[in-house]
Amino acid sequence: MNQTFSRRRDRLLTYRAMREGKITSSRRTGCSACGEESASLEWERNLQVCPRCGFHAPIGAYYRLANILDPGSFQELEEKLTPADPLSFPGYRSKLSDLEQSTGLKDAAVAALGQIEGRRAVFAVLDSRFLMGSMGTAVGEKITRAAEYAARKKLPLVIFSASGGARMQEGIFSLMQMAKTAAAVQRFQSGGGLYISCLTHPTTGGVTASFASLGDIMLAEPGALIGFAGPRVIEQTIKEQLPQGFQRSEYLLDHGFLDRIVPRSQWRAVLAQLLALHEKGGRT
Amino acid sequence: MSRYSPEEKVKIARHPDRPGTADFIDALFTDFFEQRGDRLCAEDGSILGGIARFHGRPVTVIGHRKGKNLEENLCCNFGMPSPEGYRKAQRLMRQAEKFSRPIITFVDTPGAYPGKEAEKRGQGEAIAQCLALMSALEVPVISVITGEGGSGGALALAVANRVLMLEHAVYSVLSPEGFASILWKDAARAGEACGVMKLTAQDLRRGGMVQGVLREPEGGAHTNWEAVFRTVDAALTHELAALDKLRGPALARQRYDMFRAMGQNLAPAEREEP
Repeated sequence: MNQTFSRRRDRLLTYRAMREGKITSSRRTGCSACGEESASLEWERNLQVCPRCGFHAPIGAYYRLANILDPGSFQELEEKLTPADPLSFPGYRSKLSDLEQSTGLKDAAVAALGQIEGRRAVFAVLDSRFLMGSMGTAVGEKITRAAEYAARKKLPLVIFSASGGARMQEGIFSLMQMAKTAAAVQRFQSGGGLYISCLTHPTTGGVTASFASLGDIMLAEPGALIGFAGPRVIEQTIKEQLPQGFQRSEYLLDHGFLDRIVPRSQWRAVLAQLLALHEKGGRT
Repeated sequence: MSRYSPEEKVKIARHPDRPGTADFIDALFTDFFEQRGDRLCAEDGSILGGIARFHGRPVTVIGHRKGKNLEENLCCNFGMPSPEGYRKAQRLMRQAEKFSRPIITFVDTPGAYPGKEAEKRGQGEAIAQCLALMSALEVPVISVITGEGGSGGALALAVANRVLMLEHAVYSVLSPEGFASILWKDAARAGEACGVMKLTAQDLRRGGMVQGVLREPEGGAHTNWEAVFRTVDAALTHELAALDKLRGPALARQRYDMFRAMGQNLAPAEREEP
């Protein structure tokens, strides 16, 4: 039990107490989508979905897992995996340690073994608070090890993505994580494994163009920005303004790239259903 | 070996007279039969591919095509593929595997096209499927980075058993302009970006991402095409002979393990697993 873990646990206990109404607060939180303020407590009861407009605000990896997994079933995997600085990129190391301090994360991905309604699965979750959830070598390695672990244990794999894409500070090493992770989930799947890919706001660039798009089942949170190129780059390229809703979950669903859009409060139920449906046929 | 700075290499790699995929196919292969279309909705000229003979032996050859003049550039979208191009490439690779043909790819693209239609039709998904498919192919795959290896759009054709690079070609996570604009919010600092990105063939060789660097004539590939063709021909012949010793599953395993090792040595795997 290290310090960051106990800090995380304290925070989760506070959240739970708030949700159960044991703590009250007059704090208010603004929505970055609609601009309206609501009581922070209400945001919390709503799992950080804006009570006014339904915007699904980005949330941390541990918080997401705490809301999905059966209580007490969380066992972190590859907790010690730390990022590297393969280009000796100016300022990168100190940025990493600052972020470790402020977020309690070693890098942008958390992997865990957990259960939903008693059914075991391997989970990997990207955390956009850490350099936009970008994929450097540590994130690529963690996703890959999660897939390999799921293959060894014959368990389903559930990945929640939230990422700006490749980690610029790790250059070409970051690009190669696309090939590595795509190969790892493909190998896992061809061995009979069930891979459920869950896309959250935002999922773009090299993550969209690798493991995140390869799920047997493709799900997304409402209103999530999902694409390869970012909207700003596209607008600069084609010199026109993009229509409302472009590259959002609903647009991807309409164009055949998703199976379903899942509001945050329903993840547990939907994943439970899918894990149950694959219980016999998922792995041999 | 290299007297050019990374920034100068980017200029050489983008030189309009540098030999492209179509030139390599003309020079090194015979009996080329072009295959077009993704069988879903469209043909994408920015990826050229088909069946040809390499020293008499049928192979599948696929590469980015930029075009040599404005008219061609426009037809090929300056070498920036759309999802249709990547799906055509997948179709050709599946066929190559079916007919036990080795696959040779030539990589030269600024990147996948960041356009509205490309996004609508799933640019990310198309690239991801290329990566997944290539990682498991049970035929020899050799990629040659001939000019610009721009981002995921390049990698989508470069998950190979052997990745070779021309001496002054570059290969990077993003264009130096894009890199500077994302990190420093200033595309004008592209020159500076070239310096820190480690995008040269020599850097990539050292990093283990590239298995061979192919000498270019004095001044760059555009000054003497014949010399480049001879070098690439010899390298392909050599690598193909080496890969012929491996059976299908061993080829897939070797390729998987090679990419699996990239960035692996970060932390020890956990000894006790839950």
